[in-house]
Order: sequence, then structure tokens, then C-alpha cells
Amino acid sequence: MLPMERYRQPQPGAVLAALHEINARCGYLPQDELRKSAAALGVPLSLMFSAASFYATFSFKPCGRHKLQVCEGTACYVKGAAALLRYLSEALGVEPDQSTEDLSFMLKRVRCVGSCGLAPVVRLDEETFGRVTPTEIDAILARYQV
Amino acid sequence: MKITSAEDIDALRPAGEATLHPNRMKICVGMATCGLAAGADQMYAALKQRIEQRGLDVLLTPTGCIGYCQQEPLVDVRLPGSGRVIYTQMTRPRARALVDELARGNLPLDSAWAVIDTEQILVEDQEISFPRLAGLAAVPALAHQPFFASQLKLVLRNCGYIDPQRIEETIARGGYRALHRALTDFTPQQVIDEIALAGLRGRGGGGFSTGRKWQVARDAPGESKYIICNADEGDPGAYMDRTVLESDPHSVLEGLIIGGYAIGAQQGYIYVRDEYPLAVERISNAIRQAEGLGLLGEDILGSGFNFAIEIVRGAGAFVCGEETAMIASIEGGLGEPRPKPPYPATSGLWGKPTIINNVKTLATVPLILIRGADWYTSLGAPGNSGTVVFSLVGQVANTGLVEIPLGMTLHELLEGIGGGSANGKAIKAVQTGGPSGGCLPASRFDLPITYEAMKDAGSIMGSGGMVVLDETACMVDVARYFLEFTTLESCGKCTACREGTRHLQAILDRLTKGQGAPEDLALLEEISEAVRTGSLCGLGQTAPNPVLSTLRYFREEYLAHAVEHHCPAGKCTMTDPKIPAALEA
Repeated sequence: MLPMERYRQPQPGAVLAALHEINARCGYLPQDELRKSAAALGVPLSLMFSAASFYATFSFKPCGRHKLQVCEGTACYVKGAAALLRYLSEALGVEPDQSTEDLSFMLKRVRCVGSCGLAPVVRLDEETFGRVTPTEIDAILARYQV
Repeated sequence: MKITSAEDIDALRPAGEATLHPNRMKICVGMATCGLAAGADQMYAALKQRIEQRGLDVLLTPTGCIGYCQQEPLVDVRLPGSGRVIYTQMTRPRARALVDELARGNLPLDSAWAVIDTEQILVEDQEISFPRLAGLAAVPALAHQPFFASQLKLVLRNCGYIDPQRIEETIARGGYRALHRALTDFTPQQVIDEIALAGLRGRGGGGFSTGRKWQVARDAPGESKYIICNADEGDPGAYMDRTVLESDPHSVLEGLIIGGYAIGAQQGYIYVRDEYPLAVERISNAIRQAEGLGLLGEDILGSGFNFAIEIVRGAGAFVCGEETAMIASIEGGLGEPRPKPPYPATSGLWGKPTIINNVKTLATVPLILIRGADWYTSLGAPGNSGTVVFSLVGQVANTGLVEIPLGMTLHELLEGIGGGSANGKAIKAVQTGGPSGGCLPASRFDLPITYEAMKDAGSIMGSGGMVVLDETACMVDVARYFLEFTTLESCGKCTACREGTRHLQAILDRLTKGQGAPEDLALLEEISEAVRTGSLCGLGQTAPNPVLSTLRYFREEYLAHAVEHHCPAGKCTMTDPKIPAALEA
């Protein structure tokens, strides 16, 4: 660290962006990364942790490689999202918001991805699928289970 | 190239025209998130491959969302000098067949759903008409299709018409003209006066006068001020803001820059929720393009006005849609609300005067500045000028994004545009305003859609989510769904909200399991009152609304659950061992 950097203003406004950056790079928030980040931003580690635990996006544990998000928005709910989530939970053998043991999938409940006109909706990593039925889900999952 | 004059802006129009209305065949694919969810990207790839195979001379381009989600994916074909022919529910095989037909010189007519043969350039009050191709007489014009006939698209004026990645197309449809006018012909005060006179109200659902809000921030002392675009569209069942950001990002940027000029801010933020990656991508791209042309950054359009925009990504916290929580989230990560006053307009981000406006509010601003307050107040209803955008979803025949003049009745919206129920079952209620709103029963569908009428009836206008419920929906279960949501999303700062929502949910849980008791109804009302009055922010203050509005209109359903341990809609699985199996069947 350069001597002058010690006197730099802390940058609390960058906390959220820093958490996003770590999450994108590591897939979760490892402790040592949070420590490094807190030091670099000049903010207390407690602020990093409280922010990280506040938001649903972040996890302190490693997550499955593929993130399977089941939308639980109102439109999806009235069109059977709960049954879809139960089905996936059984198919993958994992509770909602947990990752499979081999860390291949993480089954996540998501508030609303905003594709309500095509409810029920499932998002696998970056790809969004509308009007999903259990049969279609099987086909989608099969593409990733290699 | 930096542009500095109206002529410079006009000079970019031909480049936009060249792809909007090219002199060769054009095929457009609706590729906002909803289109993509219906498979638009695979279909786009199939089209591209087939076009190359057939050596067809065609401009293949993505566009945003025209709002008719029910029929996604949408593809339209435009022959030079004519209008756009729209095909619905396209699949890869149909897309390939379409290209094959076009390569043979045929435009398939029997499968065409509608034709767009007039296009409105709202900013300039112009209409472009295209001659209708022979053989298309039997295909209805888009403006005559029931879903579109009574809509009035102001906020959504460019959605589904332009390629959102090309600033020239926005400009060809009048984009950034209002910014130029604001910076050259208007003082900041005149901008505020015009917006106030137009009666524009916050489209995030609050309905507060945008002009008055801006005035407070402008009058507040201090050099540094901020303006934030609230794109943290957290209500489940709502996607108006996402669509606008994905389909027409420049109109939002233009409104935000004008807002910054009006209040005296040099820094703007767009706070986008984490669930909208495509919106972030499109808006980032739009910012780069606007900066490149000198429409954003230093010395905008040579006026001496400097303004920068930064995107802040949320991280999955509903409460951050609340103004003070959003500010806290931008400042330091932890998005907890604080008491008001002081209001953000006098003391917001970093303690400076800060304005937070919804995406749709900002997208409306350029139109008002250029067409004038009188024009805007001539639309809508008294005290409720202009339009409102709803995402019409749930058990309704035509789901999609609709924009209507304020004052239209719920009945006209649901039957006329929505086409009635999805499956022949009677529509029982609509839910508006998400977890802060309520359910209105069919007996109130004669209600005009205005901020006041919706509130008096026990719901709220909200940001625009409208979920249609038919007789298969159990209203107690709907209330339980929303309370589960608010329980999880309560930030925990206020005891009444943190504990109260949990208890409301517990009572609703036991009612929907057949384990409730008649006295639960009074208990729900009592706790609701405590949560409403004992919470700092909008989340807690409005969290009981789904319970109170369903209790008000559907009390008999609650009684059936509480007294008879029976769910009239057949939705809830009653597990009370006291009920004989014969009764459950």
C-alpha cells in the first residue's frame, strides 16, 4: 500500500458494487475476499458482512454451478409456481434455496423476473423459459446434466 | 462526433430511418425478456441461418416488446414502402417456412395476425402511413385488434418499434428533441412549471405531483443535488419498467437528464433490480451511445450543462424500492429505510437534495416538454392526466403490457383489452399494487382507474401490476401469498412490521390449512392496524392491505375457512382431522 493511500477517503458507496463483483467472480462471497475488499474500500468488515447478509442475491456458501430460479411472482403463483417448485425440489433432490451435493445446480426461489405474461417462468442461468410444464423442465434440465 | 444543435440531431435521422424503414425487406423479432422467455432467441438464430441459406436480401433486426406477451414470440415482416405484417406465436419451423416463402417472393397472408400501416411519431405529432399491400385487406390493422384498439401509448411509444440498441432509431422517432428544447428554450424553472402544469404524477404508484417534487429539490439550498431513476420494480407480477428499459432506454435517459437540468443536479443514478440483467445491459449501452454523441456527460449539446449517469444494481431486496432505503443502499450497501421528514427532496443521497422518479414518469417527461402541458392534460381524467401502464397478467385471455388513458373503467380494461377470463371461468377479482395493494371484486369493476378511486376502493394504483384472479383463486390464499412475501422482505428495523407481518402470515397459514378459528378475523384486523401505524416506511404501512381488502370484499371466504374449515375455491388443502373425509371431497 502506498503511504498516501492510507489517507484516502473510505468508499462506502462502492460496497454493493464490490459485493456484486466478488459474487460474479467467485459465485459466492468467500470470507477472505470480503476482508480484502473491506480493506481496499476503507470500510469496516462489519459493513461488508451486514450488507452481504441483507440482500437475497448473495451467499456465504459455494453455490451450484447452474442457478435454476423458479419465479414466485404473483402471476406465476396463480399459474402453479408452487407445484413447479415442489416438482423441481424432488427431481433434483434439494430443498429450495439450496444447492445439490455435487454443486451442479442451485434451486432458487426468485421474487419475480418480470415475464408475467408467460407465467409460470423459470430461469436457468441467463436463459428464461416461459409457460413451463414439468415435462419441459425435464428436457431443459437434461441439457445441463452431463 | 459530438452534436450541439437541432440540425445535428436531425442529421442523425436518416441513419435511423435507414434501418427503421429500409429500402429492402426487414424482419423484426421482439426480443425483450418476455419474447426471449418464449424462445425468441432460438427463433432469431433459426431465421438468421435460413436467411443465409436462402441468400435472402433482408435486414434482420431485434426490437423491444410491443406488449402482446400472450402471443410471443412475435415476428414481423416489412416490405419496402409498406407497413409491418405481424406474425404471432412463431416457432422455429414456422420461422424457417416464412423465410422459404419470402425467398419465393410470397408474403404469407393467411397466418398474418395484424398489420401496422400507420406509425405515430408522438413527439412531433406526426403520423406516417404506408400503403397496404394487395391481399392484406382481410388482415386487421393493429389499431383495430381489440387488445390494442383502446390503448394509448405514450410511455410505450417506441417499444416494439425501434431497435433499442440503436440510438439513431430513437432519434428518427423524435428522441432527444425535448432535451434540446429544454436546454435551449427553457430555464430549469420553466421545465418544472410545464411538468407541474401538465399534472404529471409519480407513476411508481405514489401519485405525487412530479413538478411539485422537483420544485422542492430545486428550491433546496446547496450546490450538489441528485436525481435517481427508480428501476427497482419489486412488485411481483409487474414488469412495466423492465419493458421500457429494455425496449426504449433512451426515452428514460432523456427524461432523467431533463430532470437533472430542472432540479440542478449534475449526477443521476439508475437503480435497477438484480433480476433484470438485460435491462442493465441495454441501459448501459444506451448511456455509452448518448455519451458518445454529447447528449450526456460534459457540456451537453453545447449548452454548458454537465450531467453524468451511473447505474447501481440492487441485490434482491424489495424494501430498496422505498426512497430512503434506496438512498441507503446506494450510500453504503445496507438498504434500510429511515423516518421522513426530512424528505429526500431536501435531504437525500449523502444528505443532499435528491429526487427519485419512476422509470415511466421519466419516460413521459420528454413528451410533455415538447407537446406541452395543455396537450397532456387533454388526455386522461381531471386531476389524473395522461396514461397509466399496467402489466395485465394472471387468469385473463390476453396477457401483456397495456397503456390506457387514466379514467378508463376496470371493466373496459379487463373485457375490452384483456378479452375476459382465460378459461371461461368467471373473473372474481383483480389484484393491483402488488404487496402494497389490494384486491378489488368484480362488483367494483365499474370503477374508473384513477389514483383516488383505486385508493377509496381499498386498493392502490401502484406501479402497474394487475393480476387477474378467477373463481379458482382463493382470496385467503392470495392474502397469505402476499404476507409471506412481506414477511420475508421486511427489513426488520421496525418491530411492528417485523413481528406483525410474521403473525399475520401465521394466522393466514392456519386458516388455509383448516386450522383457523372465527376469532382469527378480528385478530387479523387488530394486528393489521398495528403494522400499518407502527412502521416507518411504505413496506410496513401498506403490508396489511392485501389482508384488509380481501377481508372487506371476501369476508365470506374467510368465514368459510375459519368456521367451516372449508375452502370455497378448492385451492387450500384442509388438514384438520376433525373434518370427515366425506366433507372434503
